[in-house]
Amino acid sequence: MAYKRQIDRLPIIPAGAREQNVTCHYCIVGCGYRAYTWPVNRQGSAQSNWSGEDLSQQQPMETDAWYAPSMYNVVKQNGQDVHLVIKPDHDCVVNAGLGSVRGARMAENRRSDIYGTQQQRLTDPLVWRYGTWQPTTWDDALDLVARVTARVIDKENEDDLFVSMFDHGGSAGGYENTWGTGKLYFGSMKVKHCRIHNRPAYNSEVHSSRDMGVDELNYGYGDYEVTDTIFLVGANPIETQTNLFLNHMMPGMRSGARVLVVDPRRTVTINACEEVAGAENVLHLQINSGTDLALFNALFTHIADQGWVDADFIAKSTFAEGIAVPEDEAHPANLGSFEAAREACRISTAEAAEICGVAEADIVKAAEWIARPKDDGSRRKCVTAYEKGIIWGNDNYRTIGALLNIALATGNVGREGGGCCRLGGHQEGYYRPSDAHVGRPAPYIDQLLIAGRGKVHHIWANDHYKTTLNASAFKREYNRRTNMVKEAMDARAGATREEMVDAIVAAINAGGLFSVNVDIIHSQIGQQAHVILPAVESGEMNLTSMNGERRLRLTEKYMDGPGQALPDCLIAARLANALERVLREEGRNDYADQFKGYDWQTEEDAFMDGYHQGNPEVTYERLRTMGNNGVQEPVKGFENGQLVGTPRLYEDGVFTRHGREDGKALFMAGGWRGLEAPGKAQQKANHRFLINNGRSNINWQNWFLDQDNDFVSDRFPLPYLQINPEDAAELGLKNGDMAEVYNDVGATQAMVYIEPTARRNETFMLFGAPSGTQGNVINAGTNTLILPNYKQTWANIRKIADASPATAKLSFKSWEVEL
Amino acid sequence: MKCNKLVDVGRRQFLRGGVMSAAGAAAATIVAPAPAKAQSLARVDYPSNRLANLSELKPNEPMDIAYPDADSPGVLLKLGSAVEGGVGPDGDVVAFSVLCPHKGWQLSYNAGDKTLNCPGHFSRFDCEAGGQQTWGHATQNLPQFMLRIDDKGDIFAEGVDELIYGRLSNMLA
Repeated sequence: MAYKRQIDRLPIIPAGAREQNVTCHYCIVGCGYRAYTWPVNRQGSAQSNWSGEDLSQQQPMETDAWYAPSMYNVVKQNGQDVHLVIKPDHDCVVNAGLGSVRGARMAENRRSDIYGTQQQRLTDPLVWRYGTWQPTTWDDALDLVARVTARVIDKENEDDLFVSMFDHGGSAGGYENTWGTGKLYFGSMKVKHCRIHNRPAYNSEVHSSRDMGVDELNYGYGDYEVTDTIFLVGANPIETQTNLFLNHMMPGMRSGARVLVVDPRRTVTINACEEVAGAENVLHLQINSGTDLALFNALFTHIADQGWVDADFIAKSTFAEGIAVPEDEAHPANLGSFEAAREACRISTAEAAEICGVAEADIVKAAEWIARPKDDGSRRKCVTAYEKGIIWGNDNYRTIGALLNIALATGNVGREGGGCCRLGGHQEGYYRPSDAHVGRPAPYIDQLLIAGRGKVHHIWANDHYKTTLNASAFKREYNRRTNMVKEAMDARAGATREEMVDAIVAAINAGGLFSVNVDIIHSQIGQQAHVILPAVESGEMNLTSMNGERRLRLTEKYMDGPGQALPDCLIAARLANALERVLREEGRNDYADQFKGYDWQTEEDAFMDGYHQGNPEVTYERLRTMGNNGVQEPVKGFENGQLVGTPRLYEDGVFTRHGREDGKALFMAGGWRGLEAPGKAQQKANHRFLINNGRSNINWQNWFLDQDNDFVSDRFPLPYLQINPEDAAELGLKNGDMAEVYNDVGATQAMVYIEPTARRNETFMLFGAPSGTQGNVINAGTNTLILPNYKQTWANIRKIADASPATAKLSFKSWEVEL
Repeated sequence: MKCNKLVDVGRRQFLRGGVMSAAGAAAATIVAPAPAKAQSLARVDYPSNRLANLSELKPNEPMDIAYPDADSPGVLLKLGSAVEGGVGPDGDVVAFSVLCPHKGWQLSYNAGDKTLNCPGHFSRFDCEAGGQQTWGHATQNLPQFMLRIDDKGDIFAEGVDELIYGRLSNMLA
């Protein structure tokens, strides 16, 4: 039977309960929620409660006066047990009271010592001692980290310290925490061997958009409601940006917008679009995996040849003559004028149809939907949204640039109903000193670690074991190197701190790696750590982030963090304090001085030291006033008690993201060149199945909280592998069976989910799962600029086992609604 | 700033929708809930309500019911093949709430694959898997009504395994 909570009633929020602003800490959309807390010995009643409604009556659909069991918990607040309800905010313009299957479980996914939820959360610093991890104090743990780290770094020489650090908002990220870590590693130090949570280098996911002058988040969500065409590329918003789809894209469709989707897979988003807009108003270009660039260049060529361009916009706002930025190692294509791009990108619709495996007529139709002027001669509005399908796909740089070419040529950036934006994963919340010292292309950190480089590794909420490429090799080497240090530590049990540090350093110098893991749970890579440091999340601290339309909000702290856990910014500050102290003890005073400036007591101190310095209008107090609707960045001022923001970028037609003084956007002059990342074409030739991969609706990110959520783990105990019925029959696979996915670089496992809409020899596997890591079978080859190509992966499949009791009972029906 | 841009369709659906008709159809089978003594207990006290007789059910044809009261519409189904949790001689009789636990839209039954589907945001629930959300936005599986069948074939609902949308107590008080 499906998991049921057997909850028949919930405590009622009393009138006068404390209310806190919450922005959902999961996806980029950043839905508004309200957190209500009240003492455990109080409750509202049907007649007297927070809502003012008579709760002895059945409430109507879409009511604000109901909450699900997943929205309720009992947690600690200032040391006291309190009731907690976190429910969607009906007054937030982002979600208008809608909650997703992820966000509406925020309360249930808080640690509760009363209800036993999320007992996996870390409560104490842990140090590897006596053959396992022992709980200890911050001072003890940070002293060991600082002493070992200080042995491998020096002024102007920090290359043996490797750092993996999140750069996102929401969750445990945000402006406070990116600043705390950024100030430590890019301010006090100049660490160049670093990477970001979802990729093996410290780089942008959208270098080309920025190089062309266009910030990747340039519209407002309202643009979907007033456009003529919604152009979705490598994106599945009903599952991964749910309330953007439900609350902004759907109203756009109901107002007449047509939808164009480019994806090798028929997603549930396409089904939903057909339901809303009518199938005749949805065009799915189901291209061969990795051929987006050929398609976009053909669309660009056709649109330009038809003259469906915005000549005034091109003349006024884009670079006019030839090449502005020549192709080199840091720029994998020429950037320049519209005409230069036309020349370089030229490809016929017939040729693209052949490469992409779609009908030429559909490419022409797509071009018409994007750009052909309306019958009355007025211009067509088109909003373009892309995400991991091309960000983690073939030839990232040229492909994103080619898509942006279309938007620029048709004048669809900085206009109502336009925009060319990534949809995003996490929220954003990046504020750090310059990363210019890292270089471009950035160092390929995972490969350097595999090759034996690095001596100390600081990890901030990254789990390479679940979310990197070439993960089989990475885990093998990382286990070996960190085990060398564990064995050295075990051999010196009972030694003094000085002796222990010597033993660790000796193991490091013999090829070992000392691993420090800052996280909210004991992650998979954390199994290899020598010191584990417990962090808190949004809501357990005050935290600021912006969403996919640059909407900045403050999530107010509504509960205590678990045990000794601290905000990452304060962990970074205390690590800086410890490094300063140790360096001074060692007589390295000049270097120690670089670690001053961390006398922060609260996350607000970190915010004021970082983001506020660059944005002096913005304070916690003002953000509190702005509530869940916040303010859209950049913030331009403060008037009449309100922060004044920017609903849409580039309305003046001046493009600045590349830093060019002329304010002119550049076009991408990059032709189609096949599968660009090393090893991809060979892997395709040698293996039967495409292992396309991505996210699901129900599982947030790498399941770090969901792996301990009964509702979610009941639905998907293992990552699913969607496979065509005839393919499954040939392999003897039935629903719920466990399959092994294997190729030249590794192997992993997944649960078979037979999907009639899957094309022959093309599967889709859930990425980032703890119980079957898709990254194990992704080869090491990256796109230019060390952008990983997770999507184009090929492997073979065999059966390992029949369905288990956990999988045999599941629903394996179609996800497509049938009304 | 109030900016509720949800489509009107939902509200119209509710106004004209199945809640009232289902309640009307089922009203004759409702037995008044037990009096207020439930309020002093740790769990609500569910009534035993006769929903229908087995002879009235046709395979894979949904019957509108309501439980535990007229304002909580549901569906009674004889699926045609045994399922875990099913009752009756064929082990195939089940009953569910039809208020989507996401936003309370009324679910419609798809006889083709025996699922309940939401017209508002496209969630779907599997009637053959205990109301598991096959795909969707709700943070709980579909509330299922616990059934008992007596010697005469009368089908009684006697409990609910999840919180019903729109009420903070499955028994209104």
